[in-house]
Amino acid sequence: MDKDIFQGYTGRALTMLQKYHVRVWGKAVMETTRGHFEGTVLPRAEHQDDTHIVMKIATGYNIGIDIETITDMKEVGYSKANYAIPEKEFPYTKGLPSVKLFGTGGTIASRLDYRTGAVIPAFSPGELYGAVPELADICNLETEKVFAVFSENMGPTQYIALAKAIGKEIEKGTEGIVIGHGTDTLQHTAAALTFMVQNPPVPIVLVGSQRSSDRPSSDAALNLMHAMYAAGHGDIAEVMVSMFGPTSDDYGLLHKGTRVRKMHSSYRSTFRTIGDTPLAMVRRTGIEHIHKNYKPRRKDTNVKIFPYFSDQVTMIYYYPGMKPEIIDLLVDQGYKGIVFVGTGLGHVNRELYPAIERANEKGVHMYMTLQTIWGYVHMFVYDTGRDMMARGIVPTGNMLPEVAFIKLGWALGQTNDKEEVKKLMLTSINDEITEREPYNGYLVYQGGVPEVEEFVQKTRK
Amino acid sequence: MEDQFDSVANYEATRSKIGYEPRKIATQETYNRIGFMSGLEVHQQLKTRYKLFCRCPAGIFHRNDQFNAELIRHMRPTLSELGEYDGTALMEFKTRKNIFYRINNENACTYEIDDTPPFLLDKKSLEIALEISLLSKLNIVGEVHITRKQYLDGSIPTGFQRTAILGVEGHIELKNKTIRLIQLSIEEDSCREISDIGHNRVFKTDRLGMPLIETVTYPEMTNPDEVMEACDYIRFLNRSTGKVLTGPGAGRQDVNVSCKGGTRVEIKGVAHTKWIPELTHNEAFRQWALLEIKEELERRNIKGENWKINHTPLNIDKTTFPEPFKQKYAAAGEKFIAVALPGFKGLLSHFTQPEKIFANELAERLKVIACLEHPNMFHTEELTPTFDSAFWEEIRNSLNAKKDDALLIFRAPEDDVTTALEVIQERCEMAFDGVPKETRKSFENGTTIFERVLPGADRMYPDTDSAPIPLTNDYIEGLKQNMPNDIVERYEQMQEWNIPEDTYTYILSKNLYPIIHKIITELKYAPLFTGVFFGQHLKFIEGQYKKGQNFSYEIVYGLFKFAQEHKLKSNILYPMLSIIYEQPQMEFDSVLTDVRYKPHSKEEILAPVDFLREKYREIGRVQTEQAENNWIMGELRHRAMGNMEYKTLMNELKKR
Ligand SMILES: [Zn+2]
Repeated sequence: MDKDIFQGYTGRALTMLQKYHVRVWGKAVMETTRGHFEGTVLPRAEHQDDTHIVMKIATGYNIGIDIETITDMKEVGYSKANYAIPEKEFPYTKGLPSVKLFGTGGTIASRLDYRTGAVIPAFSPGELYGAVPELADICNLETEKVFAVFSENMGPTQYIALAKAIGKEIEKGTEGIVIGHGTDTLQHTAAALTFMVQNPPVPIVLVGSQRSSDRPSSDAALNLMHAMYAAGHGDIAEVMVSMFGPTSDDYGLLHKGTRVRKMHSSYRSTFRTIGDTPLAMVRRTGIEHIHKNYKPRRKDTNVKIFPYFSDQVTMIYYYPGMKPEIIDLLVDQGYKGIVFVGTGLGHVNRELYPAIERANEKGVHMYMTLQTIWGYVHMFVYDTGRDMMARGIVPTGNMLPEVAFIKLGWALGQTNDKEEVKKLMLTSINDEITEREPYNGYLVYQGGVPEVEEFVQKTRK
Repeated sequence: MEDQFDSVANYEATRSKIGYEPRKIATQETYNRIGFMSGLEVHQQLKTRYKLFCRCPAGIFHRNDQFNAELIRHMRPTLSELGEYDGTALMEFKTRKNIFYRINNENACTYEIDDTPPFLLDKKSLEIALEISLLSKLNIVGEVHITRKQYLDGSIPTGFQRTAILGVEGHIELKNKTIRLIQLSIEEDSCREISDIGHNRVFKTDRLGMPLIETVTYPEMTNPDEVMEACDYIRFLNRSTGKVLTGPGAGRQDVNVSCKGGTRVEIKGVAHTKWIPELTHNEAFRQWALLEIKEELERRNIKGENWKINHTPLNIDKTTFPEPFKQKYAAAGEKFIAVALPGFKGLLSHFTQPEKIFANELAERLKVIACLEHPNMFHTEELTPTFDSAFWEEIRNSLNAKKDDALLIFRAPEDDVTTALEVIQERCEMAFDGVPKETRKSFENGTTIFERVLPGADRMYPDTDSAPIPLTNDYIEGLKQNMPNDIVERYEQMQEWNIPEDTYTYILSKNLYPIIHKIITELKYAPLFTGVFFGQHLKFIEGQYKKGQNFSYEIVYGLFKFAQEHKLKSNILYPMLSIIYEQPQMEFDSVLTDVRYKPHSKEEILAPVDFLREKYREIGRVQTEQAENNWIMGELRHRAMGNMEYKTLMNELKKR
């Protein structure tokens, strides 16, 4: 009961409110040693201190009152705010493709929860239509909430559930699939779905937003439109990520689920294809292909679902001076697979060799990836590399570390046989290892250099 | 045949009908009659090293073409707390503006363009803002909550301004009245607009994010001069801390005005306080005029509910546009749409502001909302007609319009025609209700134009990127220790010193009081002399001479001190100031040489008097004692400079 009346307040602030019979959403007048204050008492975010009471004053602003200063307080009214997302029926338009949107708890469209400051996702077609009416010009939408978790809580259980749900939807004949997802682990899920949902006849597009849609300059609406367009009208039947190309509101990029990586903690244009060019540019009105070769859309509903994952896989990010017992401990804990993220061409120091040898003898599957993110693992170049291979570490070409981790978990979910795992790991399903790196696959420009400055000023919007 | 409507006569008739008086002759009775009411939102930039939410330097500005990168954003309306879209929000979205931001690496980082979340609020800014809050007698909050205030005009790339209340319920003391303050907030400043043409609006981000405070008064001012007085008071109070920026754009105000039966209309970004009286005067009368239009519609028995415009596209080749008109506009490939406003005859040329008529209200909205560049509209009641009555008769026929309908033609790119028609319909419908809620842009001549629909209250959200900041009693008490005294106290002290009142505005606006106070109390100069020296002579120098780099008012204090230490009489301060003002880096000793100062004893100064008297008797045109003494005075003036006060010299001459 009290929990409802005094939402979020604890300790001394709670005692104070109870003492004066002032409720959350109550209109309060307060006398304090700093003067007179009036406003509506708001809920307190749970992680904040217990020495302040939050009020919304007449001008719409919020302020906090230090309870130490309060000498008197009175509730003179009550008005509870009501949160609702407007729901308008998503119109059906003959001739537009049917697209299925799966929700995973990401904040692709949302509004603010006043209490916690968190965002409430808008999700049903009606809610989405209320927020982004332009969607109705792109496709006929159906939605399904598979689960609601934060991006960082997405894991093997969710990958499997999602893969199965996608399989069912494809069998039912949908023309495209969009998955709303938080951006933090978008690349992990994209990789997992690439391996679990093979040979899909329609586009499977993962999309998120870097700025929640309660902000006027959010990227959410445009990202959603791009994703819906790629899923409903696009010809690329692969697992892809669709996010902003530049930071400007312009075009989106379609990235292969196995080659994409989040490269900035907060930029809108954070997702980049690594070691290759993106698949295509996407706008609300069309797709411009960059890659000549892709898997085209088909009319059939043949898709293979491999819903497997072993959680006995880990990653080791190598650092100079790393001690061998770290590996020993992991092996003793029963981990069956280790993905190393090594320096340079794929190295760790000699001190680790005995532990690696021991792991190998215990049947642990070990793979090498790169801290440099760009480039190939080359373990033949130096002795150390050859030594490591002799001790059972397998180079993974230019597979991204996170992708290698996901793939190893997926492989070990199916078999424990070293050769079979190796075959699964090194046989590309969708370019997780590419045979060649094009010249424009690595472009990390340096600001300040005259030609880059010119490019940034004139071209990069 | 179409009657030639006399628009100018109608403009003048409607102006006198509403009882418009120019401000010069308006009295308090005038303002009481129309129920003038006004409040202020005074903005002031703080003088800090950093911007408010990132560590970019504050106060470094660039020319429009100095930028390292440019990016584009669009602003989308978001859902309000109650799940609805704000009216302004929808209007802004209707305009479909591409917003360009120009970034210079020197003063903007990824925070300004909303690609990095905010850093902690700048401590120094908070401290200055709190000091001003205390001076404004506000009740200081216990915890500062950063709030997002939505702006969809593009002036902030996030689409909202981060702002926070520091105090509520304060007051200031005017000469005859106490004005209550609603609140004071600290906020990040917005972008500066470079251009706004068609669907493209361009901003630069140098000013964006600078710390700014906003002092909001209750709407308690009842005449235009009172509004200016309150505004000056608040600005002088801010400056009295010595911790705020001065110069163009450092202080700006929004002025809210309404008249009896009118609506709160916000005049945005008034750059100079001296513009306020004319602007508020005209705005109150504009509302008064709009209320008269409303009554006129009632008298004509036209009802707003079913009122609909009627329109038809004009075929540019088949319409008898005058040839020069055709040549000017036909090539652009725009659409020309004729519109009839049923029953509106005589209203388009109805007076609203000096030299402005109701038709301007339509044209301005067409520019802002439908992005149609001026001249976007031609009509039957232009003060200087574009078309003759025969032409309008043809249009009237093609619209099947009645004699008492007003007609207009607008030109627009095809994509904007629908919005333009909606805008015309909407603004005319508003005429039935009187005064629309809106913000207006000010001009130096005292008139205003439509800027935006006034945002609703539902545009404040807690900032989920920032934690609340507690303000402890110890911290607040500590700030109180170093505060300047009240403006009202300074005012009274200057009166006691007999410093003429007409110098106060200058002295307070330049925050010269602390220096004057120091010179009088520490150096023991005469208060009246000191006050006049600063309030009149320094003001004169500022108007006439070019200020040297690094000149500061502190240097003038140094000058007074130097004169005192060298036992120089104060009349030498005048020529020295002229030099030091232009060349502040000069040593005072060299300035003495520059003004050709030589020490002279009383005897030396007076030695030539007898000789001069004889000479004057030979050459003087007017042979009176006074004329003679004046002439001798002039001859000896330079010798006396710094050695003897001129008054003393004159007394000596009179004795001999
Ligand atoms: Zn910055």
